[in-house]
Amino acid sequence: MKWPDLFEETYAAITINKARSGLTILGIVIGIASVIAMVAIGQGAQSSIEANIQSIGSNLILIMPGSQRGAGVQVSSGRGSAQTLKLADANALEKEISGIKAMAPEISRRYQATAKGKNTNTQVIGTVPAYLDVRNVKIYSGNFFTGQQQKSLSKVAVLGPTARDDLFGTDVDPAGQSIRINGIEFKIIGVTKAKGGTGFGSQDDMIFVPLETAQRFLAGEDYLTTISVQAQDQNSMTTIQQEIANLLLRRHNIANPQAADFNVLNQSDIVATASSVTSVFTILLSSIAGISLLVGGIGIMNMMLTTVTERTREIGLRKAIGGKRRDINRQFLAESVMLTFLGGIFGVILGWLLAWGVSKFVNIATQVSFVSVLLAFGVSAAIGIIFGYYPARRASKLNPIAALRYE
Amino acid sequence: MIECRSITKIYVNGDQETRVLGGVSFTIAEGEFVAVMGPSGSGKSTLMHILGALDYPTAGTYFLDGKDISKMSDDEQADIRKDKIGFVFQSFNLLPRATVVRNVALPLVYAEVPKKEREKAAKLALTQVGLDESRFYHLSNQLSGGQMQRVAIARALVNNPSLILADEPTGNLDTKTGEIVLKTFEQLNKEGHTIVLITHEAEVARHAQRIIHIKDGDIIKDEKVDRP
Ligand SMILES: Nc1ncnc2c1ncn2[C@@H]1O[C@H](COP(=O)(O)OP(=O)(O)OP(=O)(O)O)[C@@H](O)[C@H]1O
Ligand SMILES: [Mg+2]
Repeated sequence: MKWPDLFEETYAAITINKARSGLTILGIVIGIASVIAMVAIGQGAQSSIEANIQSIGSNLILIMPGSQRGAGVQVSSGRGSAQTLKLADANALEKEISGIKAMAPEISRRYQATAKGKNTNTQVIGTVPAYLDVRNVKIYSGNFFTGQQQKSLSKVAVLGPTARDDLFGTDVDPAGQSIRINGIEFKIIGVTKAKGGTGFGSQDDMIFVPLETAQRFLAGEDYLTTISVQAQDQNSMTTIQQEIANLLLRRHNIANPQAADFNVLNQSDIVATASSVTSVFTILLSSIAGISLLVGGIGIMNMMLTTVTERTREIGLRKAIGGKRRDINRQFLAESVMLTFLGGIFGVILGWLLAWGVSKFVNIATQVSFVSVLLAFGVSAAIGIIFGYYPARRASKLNPIAALRYE
Repeated sequence: MIECRSITKIYVNGDQETRVLGGVSFTIAEGEFVAVMGPSGSGKSTLMHILGALDYPTAGTYFLDGKDISKMSDDEQADIRKDKIGFVFQSFNLLPRATVVRNVALPLVYAEVPKKEREKAAKLALTQVGLDESRFYHLSNQLSGGQMQRVAIARALVNNPSLILADEPTGNLDTKTGEIVLKTFEQLNKEGHTIVLITHEAEVARHAQRIIHIKDGDIIKDEKVDRP
């Protein structure tokens, strides 16, 4: 039997019972679509998290206060809420550790900010001018505050683009206007550039104010929530990380490193942790989707077995007029591969639509990769072959006389 | 062309043995028109299946054109059926949801004949058996019994086989249509096809040149028909 004829026979066989073929295909469509969508969501989440982490700066080491872990009960008061880091710590680090390129201590908290009747609850970051370099923040319009303004407790503020949008609207230059943060009036001197990064912790919904202004007027405390340290280069990061830890332990009079009241995090550790979490998440999602694909494959096999039984007389006739085992085998294999392949095509389309819908309405970035589409086609064809193999073999081995007598 | 040497067919069901053919031997020469006649259940269809390389005899050998068919594999037999044999089954065995032309052209699909030629050959065969052209693209389950019979015969002719085996080809036809079909076989025989026609009616058997009578799986008489 020639290929075009095989194709024609297959097409005819599939269209004879459209409802049944359609439902069987639907099983594969759902399986493939969920695999595509789940992988897309997983990979999208992974790359958006990685991009977010990378965009906070380069060669970055973050120092955060932690709860003192004494013997016995462990009290975790949550990241950044402990009050163990002081500005003096930051100054000591800068003085005593070589290889630090820049450093930015900060105190950040959420406050209510109001401007002309509009208000928003946003992250207010009290910091120093070096923050721009360390955390890779760029100015869009106006200026960032200077070291002078920082020291003189100026009540000036620089808005992140989202905070600007919420308080003044897009495309408005708010420089010179004032806002109230927690009831205290600040003058706006600039707006930062958008960093992008949606979903997992926006880096654009922020207001920057001078560090000591924030400590004095907003927090009323002199502790820090983070010290961001930028190393000279990638290679020195581990050494610097270790030196920072040693110095802070000494300053805080803690002998046992296990009992440290702070955490020193390396940017690449954060990326690695986040990636391992998201890849577990991706694997989990896609294996659940894979199960539905398996169920779809069983549906194919079930339909093919039924078809072979129903068409026993036809198989007998085909053999009687000269069909070889190979011809019969191919015919039924072609049918199941055609079913799964159609399922693959619609599945890829549906999966892509799902992924698109998720990124559009749930605001999670998704990524349908070419590889996963190729893989989907490969897998669906393979399912057709695997689950069609046994029914096709059964058909090809039928004895023509027995098959013709079959009722 | 056909040489059978003590062909035996025994069906075994559990411990019960049914002896359907009890060692029949005969030869049929190229170009002969032979009728096999016998009562129902005498083993006529079984014999036809063996002659058509569709079934294996339990014992004995069967030569077709000098080749021992009874020793061939499944696929080798399929090739013989494809190239040399045309079947008309007792129960037609048409594909119900395919058109008449597609049914008739089906053997040529396995012979890998191009589509255009297949359709041409199918239409020619259908004209030969006298099916009205208006029925060519009907589905085969929309036909009357007599029309189906003719489609089944056309399908047996389409690959121009040297041997045509017909199992009760007039069983479903009225006398007049039956005559037409039998005339077709006579015509085909004149064109050089060897024909084995199975029937239980003496009227029908008389159209052949020779009649082999079988009863309970044995040949009881082998006679030449005298043409008037
Ligand atoms: N698979 C089988 N198992 C057991 N017995 C069988 C089998 N196939 C056929 N037979 C028996 O073989 C005998 C001959 O059958 P066959 O079909 O050859 O008869 P026939 O001469 O063609 O009859 P009819 O004129 O009614 O078509 C019957 O008695 C039938 O019961
Ligand atoms: Mg019979």
